[in-house]
Amino acid sequence: MAKNKSFLNKNRNKKPTANITKNYFNKSLFVMGLKNSVPVGLGYLSVSFAFGIFAVSKGMKPIEALLISMFNLTSAGQLAAVPIIASGGKFIELALTEFIINIRYSLMSILLAEKADKNFTAKKRAALSFGITDEIFALGYLRNGSLKYEYFFGLLPIPYFCWSIGSILGAVAGNILPQIIISALGIMIYAMFTAIVLPEAKKQKAVAFCSLLSIALSLAFYYIKFLKAVPAGFALIICAVAASVISALIFPKKDEEETETAKETAEEITKELKEEVKKAEKITKPKKIKKQKEKTN
Amino acid sequence: MSLKFYIYLFVMSFVTFLIRMIPFTFLNKKIKSRFLNSVLFYMPYAVLAAMTVPAVFYSTSSVYSAAFGFAVAIILSFLKKSLITVALCSSAGALAVEFLISVILK
Repeated sequence: MAKNKSFLNKNRNKKPTANITKNYFNKSLFVMGLKNSVPVGLGYLSVSFAFGIFAVSKGMKPIEALLISMFNLTSAGQLAAVPIIASGGKFIELALTEFIINIRYSLMSILLAEKADKNFTAKKRAALSFGITDEIFALGYLRNGSLKYEYFFGLLPIPYFCWSIGSILGAVAGNILPQIIISALGIMIYAMFTAIVLPEAKKQKAVAFCSLLSIALSLAFYYIKFLKAVPAGFALIICAVAASVISALIFPKKDEEETETAKETAEEITKELKEEVKKAEKITKPKKIKKQKEKTN
Repeated sequence: MSLKFYIYLFVMSFVTFLIRMIPFTFLNKKIKSRFLNSVLFYMPYAVLAAMTVPAVFYSTSSVYSAAFGFAVAIILSFLKKSLITVALCSSAGALAVEFLISVILK
């Protein structure tokens, strides 16, 4: 919240009324984006912290973990890249792995582009596209009406900053903390993945089927002799593509479901975010935030 | 820092950037293929599941502590606890087992 405020003040001090007609920038929308993205940022701190720990444990330098976070902004994609880079894998293996893991962002990008306002021009979209993550997509997609450039722009700075800071903190902590704690923290990122997949698998049988199939394939690549030779990145691609293609053939999504599921997932993510906010409120001074909330409401 | 790392960094960043930039900038019509939409819907779960198992069992210094930590994560995920709660409790569980192991071995 403190960060948020300083942003506000900065914007107030800068060119108050210049160019209202030509390059009009709706500051209040931008600020609203900033505010709404605070819980996303808090969530990112912990995930990227886990990434930092993981990267250093595989022999990466803290600065390398930071650079990867700053240029990628994708949790699963970054995690999958670490072993490939650490083992000196092929560039094509890395490229394909990132493609498969991150292809879901294309779908989100299409849905967001469809919603984009006229003033949200192609140039601006190209410049801000790097910030489309699951959570930022959710915040942008769930907004009533069209997606305004200023609002989407406002969603990016705080999560981006937290994502970068979290990974450098994790990486440095990974170098400082005693071995037994680092070892125990190594499980964090996998526990987070479990917390993402399991509730959804519990709710939808098709997701449970897909996840179990993917796990079975992954186990095969790990333990069966002649499959062991397949590099980790390629094995992951084969598991993911095979499991999701087979699941799509057996349990195809209904046409109307597409946007519905997109909306549902978006709604769920915001629900989780609201819970995070509640927790954050408990930690920070409760009175101040309550007052701010009343104002926004 | 080696040059090779920068090539890796460039490759992954470039691919990740294009995946978001091209559809966001140039496409604004929905994907109509039902099959493709379904594949894209299942993909994230397949990726995360395959990445987690069995790698999670080798994420700590002993398979036992990892297995216990993973069990904690599974139970708490079923109870729909938040990401950070699941992650911290799972780590704490793993730590407890590792501590026990180190005591027993001594």
